[in-house]
Amino acid sequence: MPSSQIRINSLAALIAAALLGLAGCSKEEPKPAAPAAPPPAPTVSVKIGIVAPLTGPQSHIGKDLENAVRLAADDANAAKIMIGGNQLKFEVMAEDDQADPKMAPVVAQKIVDAKVSAVVGHFNSGTTIPASKLYSDAGIAQISPSATNPKYTDQGFKTAYRVVANDNQQGKVVGEYIAKDLNAKTMAIIDDRTAYGQGVADVVEKSAKDAGVKIVAREFTTDKSTDFKAILTKIRSRKPDVIFFGGIDTQAGPMLQQMKGLGIKAQFVGADGIQSSELFKLGGDAVEGTLASFPGLPIEKMGQGKSFNDKYKARFKQDVVLYAPQGYDAFNVFVDAMKRAGSTESAKLLEKLPSTDYKGITGPIKFDDKGDIKDGPITMFKAVGGKWEAVATIGGAAPAAPAASAAPAAAEAPKADAKK
Amino acid sequence: MDTLLQQIINGLTLGSVYALVALGYTMVYGIIGLINFAHGELVMVGALTALSVIKGLAVAGLGLPPVVLMMAGLLVAMPVCMLLALIMERVAYRPLRGAPRLAPLITAIGVSIVLQNIAMMIWGRSYFSFPAVMSVTTYEFLGATITDLQILIVGMAAALMGGLLWIVHRTRLGLAMRATSQNLQVAGLMGINADRIIVAAFVIGAALAAVAGLMVSAYYGIAHYYMGFMLGLKAFTAAVLGGIGNLAGAMLGGLLLGLIEALGAGYIGDLTGGVFGSNYQDVFAFFVLIGVLIVRPSGLLGDKSVDRS
Repeated sequence: MPSSQIRINSLAALIAAALLGLAGCSKEEPKPAAPAAPPPAPTVSVKIGIVAPLTGPQSHIGKDLENAVRLAADDANAAKIMIGGNQLKFEVMAEDDQADPKMAPVVAQKIVDAKVSAVVGHFNSGTTIPASKLYSDAGIAQISPSATNPKYTDQGFKTAYRVVANDNQQGKVVGEYIAKDLNAKTMAIIDDRTAYGQGVADVVEKSAKDAGVKIVAREFTTDKSTDFKAILTKIRSRKPDVIFFGGIDTQAGPMLQQMKGLGIKAQFVGADGIQSSELFKLGGDAVEGTLASFPGLPIEKMGQGKSFNDKYKARFKQDVVLYAPQGYDAFNVFVDAMKRAGSTESAKLLEKLPSTDYKGITGPIKFDDKGDIKDGPITMFKAVGGKWEAVATIGGAAPAAPAASAAPAAAEAPKADAKK
Repeated sequence: MDTLLQQIINGLTLGSVYALVALGYTMVYGIIGLINFAHGELVMVGALTALSVIKGLAVAGLGLPPVVLMMAGLLVAMPVCMLLALIMERVAYRPLRGAPRLAPLITAIGVSIVLQNIAMMIWGRSYFSFPAVMSVTTYEFLGATITDLQILIVGMAAALMGGLLWIVHRTRLGLAMRATSQNLQVAGLMGINADRIIVAAFVIGAALAAVAGLMVSAYYGIAHYYMGFMLGLKAFTAAVLGGIGNLAGAMLGGLLLGLIEALGAGYIGDLTGGVFGSNYQDVFAFFVLIGVLIVRPSGLLGDKSVDRS
């Protein structure tokens, strides 16, 4: 059922794109009559896969990525990119891995069989890692817009890339932030036992420990749980300054509510998995004051962040949820590599990916020899009045700008607190 | 000490919900010997229906007080669940009344999947947050905290269970139910309309499930189409633990299971020196079940129901 629905969606998107293109043409026709006159160039279709959880608890984040890739494909089609005398016509193949590591290889095989040129995805680390083997075997380039577990690029696959900082980079920064900026002496750690949650929690634990923070409790849950009272009660008895959660907003929302019910006052810190607009819906006013890291710049600090959000909103009637800019950039890194390779073949594309130097919405994108992004910035956000506010940006290719902008943002936060 | 007390409060709240759902399993089993695996889905339908009603009323902005909103949600969810149980019994189980026991069991699993998918089509696949109509007040109590919602859940569950015991032991309907559970044919010979009694068991169980659904989604602040599965499984475990077919057993089993889960998740890490962590929370329920069944195959209070077949 989902596949037929997706097929209809992609068809609708293509028709919409075609109509948009036509509308664009007819508007500009009156002035130069010449360009419309020659027969249209032969088109060659290029299939790009996008795999993310499109159903289940994480579907809102997966759908966000799918939207971003569809938007990127429409833009690329509207740009009428020519390679070897043929105009490229991008087709999006969206598949659902249900955030399930067992489903990921099955879906990946389907994508490989459909002979796509490249894949954007998957969303979760837990699905990206098993799927990457299949793409590697098939020689299909893969860029994950969001998988942050270091293992993904540590496997040595020539096809695996990502456009976000990995957990080692992110977790280290978060751990140090907890120790130095929050001045925490003790902390409790909860993770959801997924590749992502456990991975980031382990790195945070190590980096905070190295910076002198005492870990007073290490608790676990699952990515389907809704009851955290028992582990939170245990944590409460240890009185930590900070609680770090490695997991996704679906758990963090109820967890924050239950913390409030138990009267826990500790500072709640999470990583990119909870840094979404959905958290405010799931956690209500209990979210206020929560800190979360994000491997990238805040969308309002991105050069074209605002115009991207406007464009996204105009098309999908909602704001960017989380990783849409990364998904959009991942698609365009492929387009960029195709242009430089002068071919849409996977093999040619792979040769050109290592030398990528692309200026995306999220910032400059360059890869190191493992396929990780070079100098990916990490931003700490604070939940203030139902919105995420950037309080600090650490690292990044252009440290001057974020550092300057971090100061006023940091000053804003206490002001908002005082208002409350 | 305050931690232990807090875990007990957590466990009792969770256990009250399990007990309410477990009653639905045990009533139906006690009368026709069917394990109605679709019972968990009734909880889910109850939760989502109540949620939709409350959300709708909250958005309408009539400025109704939270208690009225909750009651309105419940007043819609209960009849919906009861009607659903009625249809379920009529369409899926009654035609199989004389069939071998496996047939209705597998039908029940099928009904469960059908209901889940219908709910997915109606409400979609995403998680719903429970509208924040009720501002939760927290009370301090010997170092532990208890919210008014927890008090409401435990109190309401106790009242409903008391009411059910009263119906079963003090009314004509209850007398007929007990007679039917002892022997369906003989009860029929005594002038009891067995079909009606069976329907009554289904419908009463469904009403309790609707209440449990509202409770659990308000308590955790979240509801989704898949929530009935695990909850149903746990409640079924509770019913078996207490002795399936026995009402008091279901209540005891539910409360015990809630306590075991809360205490287990809270203390296993320390007791085993970190070998087992709180991620084993869901395992305890089944671990304890196996332990109890080895010692008492018919459950804690269920010695009466073993010899009926």
